[in-house]
Amino acid sequence: MSFKSEHELHGRRKGLNIGVGLMLGSFVLLIMLLTFTKITSPEFAIPASEAKGVGAQISVGSGD
Amino acid sequence: MTDVTNAQSYEHDPQLGDYYALLKPRVMLLVVFTAVVGMLAAPVAINPIVGFASILFLAIGAGASGALNMWWDADIDAVMKRTAKRPIPAGKITAQSALYLGCALAGMSVMMLSLSANLLAGFILAFTIFFYVVPYSMWLKRSTPQNIVIGGAAGAFPPVIGWIIATGDIWVLEPWLMFALIFMWTPPHFWALALFMRNDYDDAKVPMLTVTHGRRVTRNHILGYTVLLLILAVGTAFTAIGGWVYLTTALVLNALFLKGAYDIWRRDEEMSEADNFAVERKFFRLSLWYLFAHFGAILIEAGLKPLGMGGW
Repeated sequence: MSFKSEHELHGRRKGLNIGVGLMLGSFVLLIMLLTFTKITSPEFAIPASEAKGVGAQISVGSGD
Repeated sequence: MTDVTNAQSYEHDPQLGDYYALLKPRVMLLVVFTAVVGMLAAPVAINPIVGFASILFLAIGAGASGALNMWWDADIDAVMKRTAKRPIPAGKITAQSALYLGCALAGMSVMMLSLSANLLAGFILAFTIFFYVVPYSMWLKRSTPQNIVIGGAAGAFPPVIGWIIATGDIWVLEPWLMFALIFMWTPPHFWALALFMRNDYDDAKVPMLTVTHGRRVTRNHILGYTVLLLILAVGTAFTAIGGWVYLTTALVLNALFLKGAYDIWRRDEEMSEADNFAVERKFFRLSLWYLFAHFGAILIEAGLKPLGMGGW
């Protein structure tokens, strides 16, 4: 059996696979857009605990 | 090799469309429409991308509950003519696949809605999926003729969730008026269907009102609920989501709906069979327009407000 010949099973499932692939790709794109929208929103604020961590890192860095 | 051999034994592999059908696309459409109205009628503007993503995740959650409902109801779906062509009874998708897909989409949609909108919206979506699958599908549907009255609550939550997506607030009257509109509309809508799809529920032994209390009682109930719905629908016109457009729509549609319910009430089985349930079928079709028009009017009122024209 040649490696080049496509199994009939793959042909039957091609539509489903392409559809799932496109949906996953769209999902990734949507999450990217959503994240960008959220972090560029004027209401966006780093949570206090995280902000403290960021500040601490900066102070360590500046101390060096 | 074993997997391939097993896969070959399937006569028809499920296609993307079969999985889509598993999510009850027509119900999803209603969910999306009423949720969008709930979101846009809220007095807080929402970023279009956040709004789009949130409504999409809500629709996926509704689809998940549809798939889980089909998984649980596969046995009765196979018996009823109306549902026999659904993917599981038609042999296109296994019940186990529907269960897995439903659980995965339910978890994903709740998590993503919580992230895109707020935790409250995610929580209410989780509750809605739970309510539709466990109390309604697993318990009430097969045990009480009030199944669709109580189960109708699951279908009534989307505009509330839409409102919460925009505001994060649940303690206001308007979203609950939209909830009540769908909640009160569901029984006459489904009982009209039960009147003309009469053998389906008998065969499946689903205790619809037509089966347990008879068709005369069902006709009485349709009229009773329609009167209550009329009061609620017209009353909503005088709240913050109402206005002249909504009031006009409500008056026309409720007059037609009441006439339809009255026509159903004054008929008996002999009259209905003579014209193959023409009046009941017409009432069912009208019920679809009824809900669409009311929510469409709320949407128009919301759209007119920025122009200084909507509302009172």
